[in-house]
Amino acid sequence: MSTIRTRMGDGYVVELTPEELRADLRAGCADAVKRGKVPPLEEAELDYLYELFAYKGRIVGVEPGHEVILTKDGSVNTLYSAQLSSGVGLPLSREQCMRVFERAFCFDTMEIGHPDYSYKPVKPIVALEAVGVEQALLTTIFPVFYGAMPNFGLYAQPDGPFPNPADLLPRGRIEEAREAQMLMADACKADMLYVARHMADVGADGINFDTTASAGDAELLAVLETVEELAATTDLAIEVGMAAEFVLGFHGQLEYKGTRLAGLWPHQQVKLVEQAGAHLFGPVVNTNSRKSTPWNVARAVSIVKECSRVAEIPIHANVGMGVGGVPMFEVPPPDVLTRCSAAMVEIGRVDGL
Amino acid sequence: MSHALASGMGGIRTTGDLVARMQLRKKMRLPQAKQYVADKLKVGLDDLADSTVMRALREELDIGVITAVPGARKGIEAKRNIAALLDVEVPCLKRL
Repeated sequence: MSTIRTRMGDGYVVELTPEELRADLRAGCADAVKRGKVPPLEEAELDYLYELFAYKGRIVGVEPGHEVILTKDGSVNTLYSAQLSSGVGLPLSREQCMRVFERAFCFDTMEIGHPDYSYKPVKPIVALEAVGVEQALLTTIFPVFYGAMPNFGLYAQPDGPFPNPADLLPRGRIEEAREAQMLMADACKADMLYVARHMADVGADGINFDTTASAGDAELLAVLETVEELAATTDLAIEVGMAAEFVLGFHGQLEYKGTRLAGLWPHQQVKLVEQAGAHLFGPVVNTNSRKSTPWNVARAVSIVKECSRVAEIPIHANVGMGVGGVPMFEVPPPDVLTRCSAAMVEIGRVDGL
Repeated sequence: MSHALASGMGGIRTTGDLVARMQLRKKMRLPQAKQYVADKLKVGLDDLADSTVMRALREELDIGVITAVPGARKGIEAKRNIAALLDVEVPCLKRL
């Protein structure tokens, strides 16, 4: 019996029979329906995914005319940074990297970001970051973002000034943990606003808040309030990219405009991001490394399709290492990465990646 | 890179930067953003990601081309023409 070569969610090759491939696609979709509370894929969409993975060619793509816009988190760190950013360590400046992404790689947009890609460490050196953005704006044609992560954990001890909720919660000190998170949120918001305003002043096209809600609902609230203020007072385009598929209730009681933040899935997250005034939303669906890539892709596009259906702003799905169906491996294999890419566009109906 | 080859519009090689600007400035979903740019450039939707069509048109409109052509608008010069062509704000132009 002929088998179909694909990969597991950890990146390793696996051979599936046609029946196993169909079963994995249906099971991934079913998991999305159960956990994400989204509608199932249509039969024609499952057939498309089957053909996508059964095709023997190494590289696939979208149909001509279905191309989407690329935005990128992590900025040009991919080229000049080290393994910490999945970087390849090229001896290039950020400005040189921007030109490479524009002219050699033909990206539609790009970010400037710091190697220590978080708003807290960027704040004291914002002048250097702003000059980097200015120089990129002078010499490039495509839109230029500044990007960083809220990285809430940096505000808790030992890295930050506030008591660590992760220490307080196991001890049953719930109210203290909640109080600490609110103090962290205020500090995080202040840093994000400080940096973003500098970028607005130098004429950046946009600002990106990457891995939003990595530490749960308090971090999401800090980002939403930051977005709201920036949307009202600057001309920055604002992108909010998530860290995970649902929002952890580390605080548990926080709301934004009457909606509880804990437990939100992408089709619910996008409505709050829209209300705050953002321009782009980047949903995440986490890869299960113990399941096949077809399973993960079917699950991911089911969840993102619903997000895209209800959205009123452009959706730029996260389809990188460990998200959007892509295997959780440092060097994502292009044979499955291009399949994740095409599936997210053709079935997920996204506006960008 | 895999995404750029599989799904990307192609940036300044085609009209990816222009369509992106409509998403960023006007929050347009992709079909609307593509139609807007196609109308402004007076091309069909199928031409937007066609580098054969767009290479010549971008040079004619002087909005920046992918190859290094002496005398062609580059960087912020090209963005000034893009802003006028698309009737859209490009924030860095306020510095000029």
